[in-house]
Amino acid sequence: MSKYIGKSIKRVEDKRFLTGKGNYTDDMVLPQQTYAYIVRSPYAHAKVNGIDISEAQKASGVVAVFTGKDIPESIAGVPAGWQVNFKNGDIMKEPPHPLLIRDKARHIGDAVAVVIAESKAEAKDAAELVEVDWEELDAVTDPRAAAQEGAPLVHEDCPHNMCFDWELGNPKEEVDAAIAAAHHVTSLEFVNQRMIPNAMEPRSAIGHYETARDYYTLYTSSQNPHLIRLLMCAFVLGLPEHKVRVVAPDVGGGFGSKIFHYTEEALVIWASKQIERPVKWTAERSESFMTDAHGRDHVSEAKMGFDKAGNITALRVNTYANLGAYISTFAPAVPTYLHGTLLQGLYTTPKINVDVTATFTHTNAVDAYRGAGRPEATYLLERLLDLAALEMDRDPAELRKQNFIPAFDGVTEPGYQTQVALQYDSGDYHAVLDRGLEMVGYQDFRKEQAEAAKNGKYLGIGFSTYIEACGIAPSAVVGALGARAGLYESAQVRVQPTGKVSVYSGSHSHGQGHETTFAQVVADKLGIALEDVEIVHGDSESVAFGMGTYGSRSLAVGGSAIVKSIDKVLEKGAKIAAHKLEAQVDDLEYAEGKWTVKGTDRSIAFGDVSLTAYVPHDYPEGLEPGLDFSSFYDPANFTYPFGCHIAVVEIDPETGKVALKRFVAVDDVGNVINPMIVDGQIHGGLAQGIGQALFEGAIYDDYGQLINGSYMDYCMPRADDFPSFEIDRTTTPCPHNPLGVKGAGEAGCIGSTPAVVNAVIDALWKNGHQVKDIRMPLIPERVWNAMQS
Amino acid sequence: MAHQISLTVNGKQQQLEVEARDLLVDVLREKCRLTGTHVGCDTSSCGACVVEVDGLSVKSCTLTAVQADGGSVLTVEGLAGSDGLHPIQEGFKEEHGLQCGFCTPGMIMTAKDLLARNPNPTEHEIREALEGNFCRCTGYHNIVRSIQYAAAKMRGETPVSAS
Repeated sequence: MSKYIGKSIKRVEDKRFLTGKGNYTDDMVLPQQTYAYIVRSPYAHAKVNGIDISEAQKASGVVAVFTGKDIPESIAGVPAGWQVNFKNGDIMKEPPHPLLIRDKARHIGDAVAVVIAESKAEAKDAAELVEVDWEELDAVTDPRAAAQEGAPLVHEDCPHNMCFDWELGNPKEEVDAAIAAAHHVTSLEFVNQRMIPNAMEPRSAIGHYETARDYYTLYTSSQNPHLIRLLMCAFVLGLPEHKVRVVAPDVGGGFGSKIFHYTEEALVIWASKQIERPVKWTAERSESFMTDAHGRDHVSEAKMGFDKAGNITALRVNTYANLGAYISTFAPAVPTYLHGTLLQGLYTTPKINVDVTATFTHTNAVDAYRGAGRPEATYLLERLLDLAALEMDRDPAELRKQNFIPAFDGVTEPGYQTQVALQYDSGDYHAVLDRGLEMVGYQDFRKEQAEAAKNGKYLGIGFSTYIEACGIAPSAVVGALGARAGLYESAQVRVQPTGKVSVYSGSHSHGQGHETTFAQVVADKLGIALEDVEIVHGDSESVAFGMGTYGSRSLAVGGSAIVKSIDKVLEKGAKIAAHKLEAQVDDLEYAEGKWTVKGTDRSIAFGDVSLTAYVPHDYPEGLEPGLDFSSFYDPANFTYPFGCHIAVVEIDPETGKVALKRFVAVDDVGNVINPMIVDGQIHGGLAQGIGQALFEGAIYDDYGQLINGSYMDYCMPRADDFPSFEIDRTTTPCPHNPLGVKGAGEAGCIGSTPAVVNAVIDALWKNGHQVKDIRMPLIPERVWNAMQS
Repeated sequence: MAHQISLTVNGKQQQLEVEARDLLVDVLREKCRLTGTHVGCDTSSCGACVVEVDGLSVKSCTLTAVQADGGSVLTVEGLAGSDGLHPIQEGFKEEHGLQCGFCTPGMIMTAKDLLARNPNPTEHEIREALEGNFCRCTGYHNIVRSIQYAAAKMRGETPVSAS
């Protein structure tokens, strides 16, 4: 019986946030704390001919000023956590990303010096006095232009600015032949523009070195504190891991941007050792714009072939992926194993080839941003499908259905093997589309649309039926694909003597509500009250190890680790119970918080067993005291959520402004523990995906200046940009993890973007403008121009 | 140059020494140690720092502390009594109007201002009232519901929870 699982339990973490008692990194003040302000490059590409810090050093309140020359050569910089090899087998180019640059700035915001002072204001004042003799150089910002002969080089030892090239799928010749033989080919060049993540809490880090015990503590706004500790200790600063504690307290949103190990984290730890005082750095929003790892930024050419009946016969994709000036932690995985591998989509396409060239440019680093590679793949596929339907005069829903992979549960039928390396776990793709069509009232809408067009009213509908891959694993597989870390998760379930339970999870919550969802799982599995469970996360000193939260992995991987530990608790508890009840373990059953001898009323409560475990006077012979288990869970496969998103738009013909009238989303994220929280995850994802379609996008000019690096210039989606979302779900359990869950964090963001753009294109076609593409974001000017064609 | 100011913060009168350039938000966070009011941007755009000054909602990053001298400031910490939650806080909890919690104090204070002016706002009016507050987590959907819940409760009606 589930008392909690499947119920919309209100969040246990809410009260502290609602009452202003959250504890974000910048809220903390340590005794003797100093404040760091970082001097950053105003140029995208410039030589440093000299730095004069003498005036800054003399300024009021200044404790220290450091430049790149102060940092030992042995500290090369922050490393890449994923390695992709060139097609010819060579290892990718991996230029260092220094904590402070020594010779050259490679993007706007590259850090050149740090000023540490008694107050934030004094640090900032003194930073103004740091004189850098810059010599500006030519810059390149476009990933395709960067690969051309003669483009300015970001790193001298990376010819053509290439980090790597990569290919996946069926042989190119076969795919090209299939496209050449196709009855119809839909082709399009896509720009998946650069996104700025914009977690509402700016990044922050406090480094605290304690001389007396030779011990370091880093407080940081991170999605995965343990990985930061590992990378910083082993690959950046050369510190002994047992002398370093990393704490990620309350974290104000991440969306990918707080997964990565940033230079500032290592810098505050290093600087704290130098001055023997805590050093706090908190980004100003303009620094966030310049230096939080960005997302997307792909330029792709794609061709999809169809036979006469409308069956997809082949897909060929050529992508240039912008990595920015340096390789961020997981950046190489994004355009490759999280993008190329998703190009099967929900379709039976028999031939697929994807070719990726990843280049350096004079821009900020690009890495995983909500969805990471999967939105880019989905955008390609779903735009091609809707455009093909328009070109072939087919219904976009019917064209999809015709090409869908048939339903499979992954238990009685095997998973679906794609042409691009993955094996899908389970899915019923017709079900989500059918439900979406029903919710939107499809047939009626088409009639309304036709009527509207007669009156010059631009109504459009757009579809996106997506699949994504979450909880990427197992470790051996991702290791073979280049991951330099395992992708398991750990969990410790510590039953206290009184039967209260502390759970230490390596996942990290920065809005996802783990303290509630995980507690629901634990309370139900143990048959105890939710209030008797505490979820602890985000501190390397209390949690043994963890791989953090990203890629919609927390419940599928971290939750499964918790279940493993609970199983161990119950197994040992049964031995103690059997001893106390003078019965055999096999004769016991566990339900509602007690072990009962089957068929009798003899039972012992969970709390009595736990007390016995810690006060083992009358105890099974040979059994260790205590009731405390740790587990590591390494999944057998990825999980594959999927869904159907449908956008309805109206365009103002006078201005080109797009109004999103309705948004219907039917997502299948497997089993659901807390529907309220899952709905919230979907809502947030939708807003970000729709934001990319209509509002957002980083703009670098030809000099590499980020010209919309503030909220005055970058269009953040606001409350009045959206209708109420209409969402529902189907449930296809994941067959390979104990909870049957797939992951919900990114689904909304992955599916929604192409649905909106498709709806705009549909509205234009239905009003006589046969426009194939409008570059995102679909601002009024671009739409209006398209309407003039 | 230091200035002596007098502020009543959440009902408690305080004498504070501030610099002329100190923003109200920084004084609240650093001198009063009320860190529920957040700084999310440097352009007065995001609304994470909204507080009430003399009964009006204000982005506390747009006001210097000396401008608030003699004023009465209400922050999210002062909203509820010693136990329980203010109806707006309750609405956010009941309707899952927060995820990471960073924008939440500003959202709540903005909602308070809206409901003081308009006790029965339409969905459209709520969305428009939130124009100066960014949330990256919720897509605003449940924030709207939270404010609807709070509005009903504050009108003395029984809120109908959506979830």
